[in-house]
Amino acid sequence: MPDYLPHTDADVATMLAFLGLSDIDELFSAVPHALRLAGGLALASGEPEPDVLAHMGALAGANRAADLVCFAGAGAYDHEVPAVVRALAGRSEFVTAYTPYQPEVAQGVLQAVFEYQTMVSRLSGLPVANASLYDGASSLVEAVNLGAAASGRGTVWVSSGVHPHWRACLRTFSRGSGHRIVEIPLVDGVSAWPHDPALRGDHEPPGVVVVAYPNYLGCLEDLAAVRRIADAHGSTMVVAQDPVAAGLLRSPGDWGADVVVGEGQAFGMPLSFGGPYLGLFSCTMAQVRRLPGRLVGETVDVAGRRAYVTTLRAREQDIRREKATSNVCTNQTLMAVTAAIQLGWLGTQGLAEVALRCARGTRYLRDGALGMSGVSPLTGDTPVVRELALRTAVPARTVIDRMAAEGFLAGVALDELTGEGGDGSADASAAEHGLLVAVTERRTLAELNAYLVALEKAVRP
Amino acid sequence: MTTEVPPDGTAGGHDLPGGREPGGRAPGGRAWSAPLMGRAEEPTLFELSEPGRHSWQLRTTGVPEWSAEELLPAAHRRHEPVPLAEVSERDLVAHFTRLSHRQFSVDLGAYPLGSCTMKYNPKVCDTVASLPGLAGVHPAAPAQMSQGWLALLVELEEALCAVTGMAAATFQPAAGAAGELTGLLLMRAYHEARDDRRRRVIIPDSAHGTNPASVRIGGYEVTTVPSDDRGCVDLAALRSVLDRDVAGIMLTNPNTLGLFEEGIEEIAAAVHDVGGLLYYDGANLNAILGVVRPGDMGFDIVHLNLHKTFATPHGGGGPGAGPVAVGEHLVDFLPGPRPVRLLHEAQESAASNGTGAAAYGWAMPPRSIGRVHSWHGNALVLARALTYIRVHGGDGLRRVAERAVLNANWLRARLSSAYDVPFDRPCMHEAVLAASTLKRRYGVRALDVAKRLLEEGFHAPTVYFPLVVDEALMVEPTETESLQTLEALADAFERIATDAAEPAGAEAAHAAPRTTPVGRLDEARAARVLVPTFDARADVGKQGASGP
Ligand SMILES: Cc1ncc(COP(=O)(O)O)c(C=O)c1O
Repeated sequence: MPDYLPHTDADVATMLAFLGLSDIDELFSAVPHALRLAGGLALASGEPEPDVLAHMGALAGANRAADLVCFAGAGAYDHEVPAVVRALAGRSEFVTAYTPYQPEVAQGVLQAVFEYQTMVSRLSGLPVANASLYDGASSLVEAVNLGAAASGRGTVWVSSGVHPHWRACLRTFSRGSGHRIVEIPLVDGVSAWPHDPALRGDHEPPGVVVVAYPNYLGCLEDLAAVRRIADAHGSTMVVAQDPVAAGLLRSPGDWGADVVVGEGQAFGMPLSFGGPYLGLFSCTMAQVRRLPGRLVGETVDVAGRRAYVTTLRAREQDIRREKATSNVCTNQTLMAVTAAIQLGWLGTQGLAEVALRCARGTRYLRDGALGMSGVSPLTGDTPVVRELALRTAVPARTVIDRMAAEGFLAGVALDELTGEGGDGSADASAAEHGLLVAVTERRTLAELNAYLVALEKAVRP
Repeated sequence: MTTEVPPDGTAGGHDLPGGREPGGRAPGGRAWSAPLMGRAEEPTLFELSEPGRHSWQLRTTGVPEWSAEELLPAAHRRHEPVPLAEVSERDLVAHFTRLSHRQFSVDLGAYPLGSCTMKYNPKVCDTVASLPGLAGVHPAAPAQMSQGWLALLVELEEALCAVTGMAAATFQPAAGAAGELTGLLLMRAYHEARDDRRRRVIIPDSAHGTNPASVRIGGYEVTTVPSDDRGCVDLAALRSVLDRDVAGIMLTNPNTLGLFEEGIEEIAAAVHDVGGLLYYDGANLNAILGVVRPGDMGFDIVHLNLHKTFATPHGGGGPGAGPVAVGEHLVDFLPGPRPVRLLHEAQESAASNGTGAAAYGWAMPPRSIGRVHSWHGNALVLARALTYIRVHGGDGLRRVAERAVLNANWLRARLSSAYDVPFDRPCMHEAVLAASTLKRRYGVRALDVAKRLLEEGFHAPTVYFPLVVDEALMVEPTETESLQTLEALADAFERIATDAAEPAGAEAAHAAPRTTPVGRLDEARAARVLVPTFDARADVGKQGASGP
C-alpha cells in the first residue's frame, strides 16, 4: 500500500490517547452524520508508483503530437530549453516553497523574481514589472482593468490582431467588470482603427486601446498610430508584446505604451499542453499603485544587508479585500524564476540571436511557401517577424491532418483558433483556409525543406 | 557590500546538537542545518555579468543567415540588443544554486503555514510532469493527436467530481482566485439565464482576501456576515441579510478558523430558499477528503486548490491550478472548450488500437461563459494531481484527511496552555492559536513568534489571518509531518512562549531571526524608496538613498 504518511500505528494510538479519543472517526464529530460520505470515495484503491507511472506513461504515449516536428505557434512555441535551465528551475528549494510571506527565509525566490522583474522591464521598455500573472490572457485582462481605472472609462478598443483566446477571455471577464469591448477589424493583417469613434456608433471615447506587437498573425502594427489614438482620447495604451520578437524589435515602452503584457512561455517552459505558462506584466511608474499582483522590491535588513521583499502590499487582496487592484494571490512564480534563468542563459546576445534565427526561418518558409500554387499570403505583404499566416487551397485542418502523416505539426488552423467561444469579430482571417505557421530557432534547413515538400503535396485539392 | 558572516546565532543553539531528542529519535522535519554557507549577500546576475561572456548554445540549422536589416523595416528594428546579463554557464549555475540555499521549502523542513496545506509533494509527480509525451504537446494540437491528454483530463475530472460530489468541472482556472472569479461568473450567468438580476454576494468576516476581491471583480457587492462566538457563520445575522438580491454565498468549510461549519445544512437551506447559490472555496478540502463532500453539504459551485490538497508543489508562489466543479444545473455554463468523452468504453479500446474514431474531443458547453485561460489551464499541474490521486486512491485520500486532522488537533492540544486558543474545541486540519496574551504581558507579538520559529528550523505559521482573531497564529502541520517533527515544533513554540516571560527572551524574540540568510527587513523603506528592478537601484544610488 503506497503511503507518504509517517504515522505508525503506535503514533496514531499515542496521539489519540493524548486527545482523549478512542477512534480516529471521533475527530470528525463536528460533521453532521447525515452529510457524511457512506462507503468511502468512489475511486480505485491506491496503486504503487511504478503502476501509476505505467498508466501515466501510456497516456503520454497516446499523444501523437509530441512526436511531430513543431511548426505550430499562436502563442506557444517550441524553443530551446537547455539542460542547465531544467536543472536549476527544477531545484526543489524553488519548486516546493510557498509564496514568500517570510522574506528572511525566502531570499532565493525573492531575488530571482527581482532579477526577473528587471529583465521583463528591459524587454518591455517600462520601469516596473510585477512578479507574474497566470498567462498572457490574464495579463491582458488585468491590463484592461488597470487601464479602465486609470482613464475612468470602461470602453475598450481591442485590435483583432490580439490573440483570439485572449480576446475571448476579455469578453468573459467583461461580464463581471462591465467593460465594453469593441473589437477593431484587421485589414491586410493590421488593425484598421476608426478615425472617429462616432463612426462606430460608439459615443464614449475608448478608455483603453489594446494592440499586439507583432500581432497574432505575425504582422507588425503601427504603434505610433496607436499612441496617437490614446493621446487623442486620453486612453491607456496597452501593448501585447511577443517577448521573443522583442529581441529584434523596438520596445513598446519606446513607442509610448502605458502597459505591456505578454506570454512568457518562450522563456524556458516546454509546450506543456498550454500550461503552466507565464503572464508578463509591466507598466509606467505613474501606474504602479494600480499594479495587479505581487511586486518584489529591494531593501535592507537590520544589519544593513541588501535584501528583497514583496512591497506596495496595500494594493493586494489580503490587505485591501474588495478594494484590491486584483484578486490574484497565487501567481506563476516558478515560471518567473524559470524565465530569469533562461534569460540569464541566453543573455544579451543569445536573445537577439534567437529572435534573428526565428525571423530567418520564417523568411525562408515564407519564400518557399508563397512560390507554390495552392498557397497565398493571408496578410498581403505586411512585414512579419516569426510567424506567418497562409491561405491554403484546401482547408487548413486538412493540411494539418495530411502533414501529420509526414511527421509535422504543420501549424494552427485559424478557424479553430477564432471559431470557438463565439468569437463575434468580423475577422477576415478567421477563414477555414487560414494556416498559422511559426518557425523557431530550433527548425533546421532540412526540416524546413521537408516541410515545404510536404506542404506542396498537402495543399493539393 | 557586507561580506562579514555574523557569528552563529545563539538562538536555536541551546538545544541538543542536530536537534536530536532524548532516546536518539530525531525529527525529520526540522531544518536546523540550513543554510549551508554563511549569510553574505548574493550579488545579482547583472553584477556577475561580464560583456562577451555567454552560456547560450543553439542548434546548427543551416538556414540562410540574412541580417536583421534584410529582414525587418528600419522603423521597427531595435538598434541595441535588449541588455540582459552576460554570464558563463558555470556562474549561472553557481548563482541560482546559491539563491536556492537562501530559500526555505517543504523539502527542507516542516512548513506549517496555515491555509496553504504545505504537505510533502511526492517526487513521482515530477517525473510524470516531465514525460516528453505530456510536456512536449502543443496546446493547439488537434484532438486526434492529443488523445492522451484528453483522456487524462477526463479521468481527473471524474476523480475530482467523485471527491466533491459534483457533476462536471473546468480546468481552465490557473489558481484558487481564478476559480473564484470563474465561479462568480457562473453564478451570474445562472441567474441571468433566468432573467434574475442580483447584486450581492455574502461572505463571512473570516474569509480569505481573494473572496471579497473576486466578488467585486465579478461585478457584485460584498455583504459581510459576522462569525458567532463558536467561530461559525452567525445564522441569525445571515438570515437578516438574505433576500432575493443575494446571488449567493462564498464559504470554505472547514472555515479559515479551522472549524467545521456545523450549521451548514441550515445555511444551505436558507440561501437556496432565496434562490441564491452556494460557492465552496476549496482551500481547506484537505480536512474532509473522503469524509464529507461539498456537493452533499449543498454547495453548487466548488473550486479546488490542487496546489494545496493534491500536493502539486507551490513553486514559491505558483503555478497552482484552481479547477471549478459544479452541479448539474450549472454544467451548461462552464468555460470551454471542455475535454469530453466521445465514445462509450467498449468503443474506446478500438480507438486506442487505432481502429476506431477518437475517444475524446473538445466541446463548448451550450451556454458557456467563455474562456478564462489562454489554453486549457495549468495542464502539467493537472497531470501531477492525477498522479497523486492514483497513488493514494480513495482509501488513501481519506487517510490523508484523518492524519491531517489528527496532527492539527495534537498540536492544538499541546499548545493550548502556552498560547491562546480563541475557539477551544476540536479543530479540523489547522489550528488557529493567538499570541494576544504574550503581546499584552511581554510585548511579544505573533510576528515575533513567527520569526523565532524560523530560527528554530521551522517555517512560520500564517500570521494575522484570519482577521477576526487578534494576533492570529494559524498552524497547519499537514499529514506528512511525523510525531517527532510535531513534538519538536511544539517544543519550539513552547520555548518561545516561556522565554518571552524573561526580558532576554522577549528581546530575542524582537531581534529574531538571527540565523537566517538575512535578518528582519526594512519593509517601510521598500515601499518608500521603491526599487522594483536593478535599474531602479542604480537610479536611487545616483540620487542618494533618500528616495522620492
Ligand atoms: C482560504 C483560501 N481561499 C482562497 C485562496 C486563494 O487561492 P490561490 O492562492 O490559489 O489563488 C487561498 C490561498 O491562499 C486560501 O487560503
